[in-house]
Amino acid sequence: MRKYIIKRLLISVVILFFVAFIIYALMRCLPTSYIENVARQRSMQPNSKSYEEWMQQLTAAYNMDKGIILGFFGWLGNMLRGNFGDSWRWTVPVIEKFNDTVWLSFVMGAISFFFELIIAIPLGIIAATKQYRWPDYVISVIALAGISLPTFFFASLLKLVFSVKLGWFDLYGLVGRSYDQLSSVGQFFDKAHHLFLPIVTLVVVSMGSLMRYTRTNMLEVLNADYIRTARAKGLSERKVIYHHAFRNTLIPIVTIVGGSLPGLFAGALITETLFSIPGIGFTSYQSMVSGDIPFSMFYLVFSAVLTLLGNLLSDILYGVVDPRVRVS
Amino acid sequence: MSENEKKLSPEAENETENTTQYSLNDDRRVKVLSPGALVAKRFFRNRLAVTGMIVLIAMFVFSFVGGVISPYKQDQKFYRTDIQVKDYAGILHNEEFRYLAAEGGKFSSAVQAQTLLALQKKTTEFTYRDVDYTIETISDELLAVYTGGELIGVATKELINPSNESAKLSFDFSYHALAAKVKGEPSFESEGKTYTIDVDGNVFDGETEVAYISAYIVRAVMADVFLTREFKNQLIDAVEAGSKEFAYTGADGVTAEYTLKYNAATKAWDVKQETDTTVFDTYSEPTKEHPLGTDRNGMDMLTRLMYGGRVSLIIGFIVVFIETILGVIMGGISGYFGGWVDNLIMRIVDILYCIPSMPIIIIIGAAMDAANLDPSIRMLYLMLILGVLGWPGIARLVRGQILSLREQEFMTATEACGISVSRRIFKHLIPNVIPQLIVTMTMGLGSTIILEATLSFLGLGVRFPFASWGNIINDVNNVFVLTHYWNIWIPAGVLLLLTVLAFNIVGDGLRDAFDPKMKR
Repeated sequence: MRKYIIKRLLISVVILFFVAFIIYALMRCLPTSYIENVARQRSMQPNSKSYEEWMQQLTAAYNMDKGIILGFFGWLGNMLRGNFGDSWRWTVPVIEKFNDTVWLSFVMGAISFFFELIIAIPLGIIAATKQYRWPDYVISVIALAGISLPTFFFASLLKLVFSVKLGWFDLYGLVGRSYDQLSSVGQFFDKAHHLFLPIVTLVVVSMGSLMRYTRTNMLEVLNADYIRTARAKGLSERKVIYHHAFRNTLIPIVTIVGGSLPGLFAGALITETLFSIPGIGFTSYQSMVSGDIPFSMFYLVFSAVLTLLGNLLSDILYGVVDPRVRVS
Repeated sequence: MSENEKKLSPEAENETENTTQYSLNDDRRVKVLSPGALVAKRFFRNRLAVTGMIVLIAMFVFSFVGGVISPYKQDQKFYRTDIQVKDYAGILHNEEFRYLAAEGGKFSSAVQAQTLLALQKKTTEFTYRDVDYTIETISDELLAVYTGGELIGVATKELINPSNESAKLSFDFSYHALAAKVKGEPSFESEGKTYTIDVDGNVFDGETEVAYISAYIVRAVMADVFLTREFKNQLIDAVEAGSKEFAYTGADGVTAEYTLKYNAATKAWDVKQETDTTVFDTYSEPTKEHPLGTDRNGMDMLTRLMYGGRVSLIIGFIVVFIETILGVIMGGISGYFGGWVDNLIMRIVDILYCIPSMPIIIIIGAAMDAANLDPSIRMLYLMLILGVLGWPGIARLVRGQILSLREQEFMTATEACGISVSRRIFKHLIPNVIPQLIVTMTMGLGSTIILEATLSFLGLGVRFPFASWGNIINDVNNVFVLTHYWNIWIPAGVLLLLTVLAFNIVGDGLRDAFDPKMKR
């Protein structure tokens, strides 16, 4: 097991190296960069140096005067020494901005993930036990609709109904107008109030696939021989489903759930952008659009790490949870 | 098949000896279905999947046939006439001295300023740069400035204008006319000619009017409008009468209405005219001509929806096509050969899998924004990028299937028969993967359409003038549209949802149909 994990980790490092290089090359190849914009603005100011001179000075200052390969190794070296650079757009160290934003995203992701689990798994099991009866059809359609629902459309609908028509929530932002005047308890509830719609969006949009996954696995388990045995020995249907079948369905579910835990830190790019929630997703969206290389690089590599970690975690969990599986 | 038939109909076999015509009779035959027909049969038994199919067909008809039937083009703009109040002219009652300099240029602006200073000190003489100047006050409104007995200029609060725009008035003429006006003399002489002047300040050379004097400055707001003398006179009369409204019938007999408004800050009257202006028919309510109204550019919403569907569906198909081709080739090679080829391709797949695709597409979209690409080329790039980023999933699927298939006996048989490698892969292995492939492709179509719509919604995908369901919904970024113009974005969202849902349902139905084991 340890050997397997070490091998996987080594492969992951190699993959990460190439991923980082591809992302870096891509970012450097962008036709218009942040630096050019700044140089253009500076050269517009009265009594300023020419655009070319500004460009020269700024590329040197931002360490962009080396070629892509040299620049990449420079970046890599700094990163390995724990120096992630300063964000251009936010004008603070990358780590600081990251630390400011990631926890909000994590809280949002964790809450919605929790609701996703307690809604999707029971519904998936009900759908499987009542296969080809109306609960199954209703749940299947809900699950498919959740998968098919474009995030931005659903968020707009929610905004129309709850923010505009009913006036229960604000359209954008994390805090209300009178946030600064509130007590700390009031501030907490203000934030919670503003996070409600984004979390609902996340839950509805992402629970469909887990629901279907649960249903498929439950169906498979229900068809297994040991379930027939359980029924044959006269156990009640309740006991068969919630004792024998459900525990076995948990195996693949735990794997999937464990695998998606690291992803909670990646933030919800679209949802955060739609609701202007200053989490890691929205922040990195703004950085990417404005060509902020240090922050975007950091975020992209960070999400790649999370993906790899998620895969590794789910593979290991698979072996841990299911004693029949022996990882080789 | 024939073996099957015999087994299932032993009676027919027995009777063939006597009556040979029986065996060929259709009613004696057992109906045999091809695997494809079986799949179709199972598929059509699934009511949900059939509904999805019908929705999909409806979408295709709506997008591809609808665009042809629709009387409008996708970027045809509609206009409406709107009454707009526009600034037409401004009138100012002149309260300050304005200067007229005689020929010779001695009344420079510095001297003009000195004149003003002398006036404030209430002296009539001043010295500037060793030159003595004398001011003669003809009236409160008119001053004449002399130096050494020579008239070098006048300061006047009333203004003299030529009646004919192109004519130029000489200084001597202007001076005498202004002097006659303020003194109330009926006539004056200038340059050997006699002119008459009436109480309103109009100057005549015999019968023809050559100039007029007025304390009002009337200016048109737009450079191409020439205000006639008569219009100005009537306007000044209206201002002096203190009226708020004013109507003027021009030489062509058209009466236009104007409103007058005194602006205290500039001490001027604004003359506004209500005119019919042609504007884009933006955000119009649904009407008979435009069943869903018009969008922010004044284009017919229903037609935009049809063309938008076309773009979304075409992009979906092309992207999935690219993905599948790449995925099948790479997955096929990797699965069949194994070894280092497999290792290499799978590591590439791992790398591509690991790259966060949404951020990358956003970055590339922002780059394409900056490069100012043509919208149609941009669309092409978008499809290529989505396709290239999407193939690893299919490659993994194909590889997995082939790994298990290539160990089976029929593959040993193909090897024994000496069939070439490419034929073995693409004729014998890939067809066995096709069922899973079709299911994945159908589901992939749905997710690609969502991805494209999300990008277009963020303004990084399909761009105007092309419509796509995503960029139609993009309008909700304008809160006013979100709250007031549901006809703009709700239909596009519903169509998008229905299409993707239908693709997913059909994909699901196909999976069940292809794999009867799953349907228990």
